[in-house]
Amino acid sequence: MAEIALHGTEHGHPSGITRWLFSTNHKDIGTLYLLFSLTMFFVGGTFAMVIRAELFKPGLQFVDALTFNQMTTMHALVMIFGAVMPAFVGLANWMIPLMIGAPDMALPRLNNWSFWILPFAFTLLLSTLFMPGGGPAGGWTMYPPLFLQTGMAFPFVIFAIHLMGISSVMGAINVITTVFNMRAPGMVFRKLPMFVWTWLITAFLLIAAMPVLAGAVTMLLTDKYFGTSFFNAAGGGDPVMFQHVFWFFGHPEVYIMILPAFGIVSQIVPTFARKPLFGYTSMIYAVGAIAILSFIVWGHHMFTVGMPLAGELFFMYSTILIAVPTGVKVFNWVATMWRGSLTFETPMLWALSFIVLFSIGGFSGLMLGLAPVDFQYQDTYFVVAHFHYVLVTGAVFAIVGGIHYWLPKWTGRMYDERLGKLHFWLSVISVNLLFFPQHFLGLAGMPRRVADYAVQYTEWNMMSSIGGFIFGASQLLFLYNVIRTIRGSGAKASDQVWEGAHGLEWTLPSPPPYHSFTTAPEVK
Amino acid sequence: MTGKSSRGFCLFSVAAASVAGSAPAVADYAFNLPSGVTPISHEAYRLHMLAFWICVGIAVVVFGAMLWAIVHHRKSRGAVPAQFHENTRLEIVWTVIPFLVLVVLAVPATRALMAMDDTKDADLTIKVTGQQWRWRYDYLNEGVGFFSNVDPKSVDASKRGSGIDPASVDNYLREVDQPLVLPVGKKIRFLFTATDVIHAWWVPALGYQVDANPGFISESWARIEQPGTYRGQCSELCGVGHAYMPIVLVAMNEPEFDAWLAQQKALQAKAATAAERMWTKDELYAKGQEVYGRICAACHQPNGQGIPGVFPALNGSPIATGPIAGHLNRVMNGKPGTAMQAFATQLSDVEIAGVITYERNTWGNKTGDVVQPAQVKQARK
Repeated sequence: MAEIALHGTEHGHPSGITRWLFSTNHKDIGTLYLLFSLTMFFVGGTFAMVIRAELFKPGLQFVDALTFNQMTTMHALVMIFGAVMPAFVGLANWMIPLMIGAPDMALPRLNNWSFWILPFAFTLLLSTLFMPGGGPAGGWTMYPPLFLQTGMAFPFVIFAIHLMGISSVMGAINVITTVFNMRAPGMVFRKLPMFVWTWLITAFLLIAAMPVLAGAVTMLLTDKYFGTSFFNAAGGGDPVMFQHVFWFFGHPEVYIMILPAFGIVSQIVPTFARKPLFGYTSMIYAVGAIAILSFIVWGHHMFTVGMPLAGELFFMYSTILIAVPTGVKVFNWVATMWRGSLTFETPMLWALSFIVLFSIGGFSGLMLGLAPVDFQYQDTYFVVAHFHYVLVTGAVFAIVGGIHYWLPKWTGRMYDERLGKLHFWLSVISVNLLFFPQHFLGLAGMPRRVADYAVQYTEWNMMSSIGGFIFGASQLLFLYNVIRTIRGSGAKASDQVWEGAHGLEWTLPSPPPYHSFTTAPEVK
Repeated sequence: MTGKSSRGFCLFSVAAASVAGSAPAVADYAFNLPSGVTPISHEAYRLHMLAFWICVGIAVVVFGAMLWAIVHHRKSRGAVPAQFHENTRLEIVWTVIPFLVLVVLAVPATRALMAMDDTKDADLTIKVTGQQWRWRYDYLNEGVGFFSNVDPKSVDASKRGSGIDPASVDNYLREVDQPLVLPVGKKIRFLFTATDVIHAWWVPALGYQVDANPGFISESWARIEQPGTYRGQCSELCGVGHAYMPIVLVAMNEPEFDAWLAQQKALQAKAATAAERMWTKDELYAKGQEVYGRICAACHQPNGQGIPGVFPALNGSPIATGPIAGHLNRVMNGKPGTAMQAFATQLSDVEIAGVITYERNTWGNKTGDVVQPAQVKQARK
């Protein structure tokens, strides 16, 4: 330990561009991930604005159908792989070592590499928009044979996805190695903060799922260029097999994007309820159960492909079973609030809205799990509403809540609370205006991924678009608030920051020193 | 938060009311699943409403508890935090109760799935074939089959800068040139497949959608209870024309249906003889223009310029101005690995002859060539 301490003081604080390019410091790499994620959030958001503008009323006004399809495809790829996943990795980088009392991540150079792959991957992906024929337009799910009709963009997209997968797997290896090996003395598994637990389980999901995606897209690549027929019926293949392989990745992927969010909310709620998390052990079991179930439910994305009855029944039962552990988590959060001493600072507002709105996404998820009705819901705006409730008001809300929660720790400055609340209220109202009417659109018969629609869907679409524009614009407030906090405006933050905050990260100064826990803390 | 979010909901309702008020012309303001016109669709609707009300019930309990805590257990009211953090009995209860609720949902869902799966003893079988971007319906064992294309009026109004208000087009994007006609009260079995990419055939009034996978067949059935016109559309992303693949289904009483079927048979016999005679260039050009607008223009564009990098231009292209045999081959057999399909099975001899004649004599292509239906027939051999 003494050696590590010496090492820390020797190097001091690197500066300039090389600080970021060659960084092996978990805090700097965490910051890079978060800034990258924020950038991609706005890039993907721009695509969403194009979509909502085009759908404001029937008829094509701004873009043609091909461009529209590129926008839906790129919006999803950028938001999933560029915004949400890197944001969680950024939070993991910053917080896991601080929470478990480690001086850094276990594999700092791998950490640098995991991050620096991403800018290249997304440069490749986004550059396809400027190629002849444009970017990928076959949906982020890349179903063949349609996706095989992609032009010049095709190999670039596949290669970009390979890079993102490599980055994610290396990030996951780092998290697992760190949690297994770098815990401070006394930081046993049953004391791990819930954010660390959820991320540990997420990391295993990543390692299991991402190579499957890599396999699926590689088969697409060889089908297109090397004469294989994995997914071509004329050559003895089966286009539906792609969907099985893709969703075997895709469903764990859904939980990869929500389990760390559960972890963040499980940190925030006890802090502002001033009461320990209710049901710590059952929370861990619930996350584990969800993780295991996530590997046997993929067929619910494909109820309509013409599966045999036994398949339909299996996937229906396993899918609705997920409601049980998910319910346990929600009940535990409510029980944590129960008879607490609640205050409603910005992070808590985001966490509470997460619980309510994520639950609404869970309800529609339960409905979608019922195969006989899914035959009506499938591929409609009902599905779009569902997954935006779990991904935007779920994952993204938790991330934004987590940023407000930890930003004072990272920067040593409080963000502007009034601005934070304003951003929250604008977001929470507009996001419901944006996505709630989409339930109605889907039930009334509007399919997803259409550039133009029948006139009876005009009103709900207009409302949804107005909500979308307000939601999009509101995020500029967030950007402003984060930038001004980083630049040192705002009141000085105390070490504990929040009155009810407990854990190793709150014992460090705000901001923490560049090298923290160079001597391992003692956890009692 | 829950309290505040209900405030959000009020705003939301006000906004809803104001948007609705500003557009009184549109009376159709649907926001729920239709109950439909088949036993299956009624079953799906009942299950949907059951699941919905169960969710509402759970929401009231959970969000109610949250709201109570938010109002009563807040620090500003002097609440002192309790320190309990587990209660095994409570945790078992809220694991078991949701499980029982799921059983309540799973039982009717299982019953419905089993009913849907039973396609035996059908009175009539229809093969539904999806392709970019139209449907084909074949009445198996009846020798009747036809394509069902989106109404051109919708396509024209949809274009950017068309100047046509979509609301002025009847059944905008939900109208076809030839609807699927079915008898009421009969058990109809559908077989779904596709020729190019995956499509999905969705008519909400029947209660389901089924994917149409190229090279494979999936099936479903329906017994329509009342005559009427039912509309839907393709629900699986299938390319640039995805929004332009409507489905129109006309259900009629059996005598009318029989008369319709007989009429179709006569029409198809007449079309077969049309290919035997010589056609004039003007006739073929006019026929080709119609086919081009319906089939080819979505990719190659009405002006024949295509979309650079995606769909090649036909205006001045080596194929459309080169040897006729090459042009015939490309139209009839397509180009594997691209969106260019083999149209030999999709278009009649007259239609192929027409469209090739048209493409060779329009825009800047002035070859003067005429391709007769007989040549197409020859090329098929």
